[in-house]
Amino acid sequence: MADVVETAEIPAITPTKLLNDQQRVALLRWMLHARIFDEVTIRLYRQGKMFGSVFAQIGHEAISVGSAAVLQPEDAIFPMHRDLGAHFVRGVPLRTIALNHLARQGSMMRGTDGTGHYADPQRKLYGNISHLGAMIPVAVGYALAAQLKGEPIVVLNYIGEGGAQTGEFHEGLNFAAVRKAPFVLIIENNQYAYSTPTTEEYACKKLSDRAIGYGIPGETIDGTDVERVYEATFYAVERARNGEGPSLIEAICMRMRGHAEHDNASYVPRELLEYWKKRDPLLRYQRFLVENGILSEAEIQQMRHEIEAETVRVLDEVLQLPFPPAEEAFKNVFL
Amino acid sequence: MPTMTLLQAISDALRYEMRRDERVFLLGEDIAEFGGAFKVTKGFVEEFGKQRVINTPISEAAIIGGAIGAALNGLIPVAEMQFMDFITNGFNQLVNVAATTAYRWGLPVPIVVRGPVGGGMSAGPFHSRSAEAWFAHTPGLKVVFPAFPADAKGLLIAAIRDPNPVLFFEHKGLYRKIREDVPEGEHFVPLGKARIVRPGTDLSIITYGRMVHIALEVAARLEDEGASVEVVDIRTLVPFDEATVFDSVQRTNRVVITHEATLTAGFGAEIAARTADKAFEYLDAPIRRVAAFDAPVPMAPSLEQAMLPSAEKLLDTCRQVLEY
Repeated sequence: MADVVETAEIPAITPTKLLNDQQRVALLRWMLHARIFDEVTIRLYRQGKMFGSVFAQIGHEAISVGSAAVLQPEDAIFPMHRDLGAHFVRGVPLRTIALNHLARQGSMMRGTDGTGHYADPQRKLYGNISHLGAMIPVAVGYALAAQLKGEPIVVLNYIGEGGAQTGEFHEGLNFAAVRKAPFVLIIENNQYAYSTPTTEEYACKKLSDRAIGYGIPGETIDGTDVERVYEATFYAVERARNGEGPSLIEAICMRMRGHAEHDNASYVPRELLEYWKKRDPLLRYQRFLVENGILSEAEIQQMRHEIEAETVRVLDEVLQLPFPPAEEAFKNVFL
Repeated sequence: MPTMTLLQAISDALRYEMRRDERVFLLGEDIAEFGGAFKVTKGFVEEFGKQRVINTPISEAAIIGGAIGAALNGLIPVAEMQFMDFITNGFNQLVNVAATTAYRWGLPVPIVVRGPVGGGMSAGPFHSRSAEAWFAHTPGLKVVFPAFPADAKGLLIAAIRDPNPVLFFEHKGLYRKIREDVPEGEHFVPLGKARIVRPGTDLSIITYGRMVHIALEVAARLEDEGASVEVVDIRTLVPFDEATVFDSVQRTNRVVITHEATLTAGFGAEIAARTADKAFEYLDAPIRRVAAFDAPVPMAPSLEQAMLPSAEKLLDTCRQVLEY
């Protein structure tokens, strides 16, 4: 975000008519789950108790939660590594997430891989690989198959502004546009690809401007306003479901931590983080919910305590579990 | 039994599988109305429609990635690379997505990526490569390279029905050159079974693809010299049929391995290493390899013929091994 504007106040949420209060509480709960999972795993990482990397998604919660919440159970979702919120929205149990992150015995990936790279075909959730951009053509192919089978589903896929600079981004989105695939791509523009600022990543003003080059709608939105994300995704999903083809949404946010926890992100200017702290997606939404009488401060604190206690308990339990037995290494290279 | 070229047999396998199973569909560049650069899918769009014969942009990553995604959603895609050389543009999709999905997710990726390979047509460095060793080195991918029309049909049918990603290499020099009887309708040749295409007792030539035909020519010439040469067509690199190869070597005690791909780190090195490891005590001569010179495939016929392995080079090497 090049234009840093001094704003003393926390910007207001732009409420959507598409949500009722019950759904709003659910959005907050999922966002809290994602935030707290990060907080707890960061703590474990610092204590030397974590296994693998911690790619915190703090600052991204409104995007993954606000967009995933639009989908129907039969729709498919291809999240990337900062979309933990989407896993909670899809109903993946905390324990399943923890088992996969920590590569423990009983994980769906049998210890072959970690973080959010797993797939849960029952919940139509397919994780990313580390080569960001690679899953865009795959998600498009999933959507094409649905089109071929005449199934009215939509495929929602995410990428960072970093991954948006890959060739696979172009090939995938162009192919989706040509075939009018039921596909929605959200670019989570979090200002940094590892240490590289947006000014060294691309030269256009808005990444959504690329949409016109593919002949599809594109829009840039505030990615820290969960209701704005919900609304933009809702119309893109509706359009895709009606057979009108893909859409591109660029959601602006800030990666509030390093690339992963080994990285102190000293290259990020302090004032930029100060600016974005006021736009914390959780603080913004909590304030909205309190001001509109949907939840009280006390209820939010209660919710937070419950989720934190559950997260700590589950992670502690999973950390006690053994890694999978060595013979798993030799299985499933071929089916 | 109808007589078919290799190309017709490949078309026949695709048509048979598409008629049998509506989940099978094709995607690739220029494959619909145009029928593909080599006309493998000529007439397909008329029979199966544009939904099942999908023309794509020049986007190999989207073709292969799209195939993977469609497979995850229950379909059975067969992707055509216009030339297998262009598969490099989709390399990431194959080695990082397709090859790891069963291992990481336990989910099948029943895709076939097929297309023409090989040199000998003055097509230059970007339309002549033999790319199979890259993929044989990637666990999780099956690699098939037929030499005969009937095998091409049966192996392609097996590849389409396989739950794993399969790379299917078609030597374009064989497309219209080799003709034989091909079974009509159902014809299944399992992946991972080598075939002794000519039995012999004095020397085994282990090979695949176009070099099978050169090996047969060399074997016939050596017969005139009094040597009985066995030719083993491995047909699939992955899975590799060790049993048939070792059995052959144990009977003949001499082995020459040949492929059109370049020598260094070619699949012949793998066959040689395994043979040395498992059949050393049966060998009466060193294991020798005949392969292309380690260079890009050049364009001028004079250069290309010098670079590619020839019948003369193979004959010379076989004589040395027989005389050892």
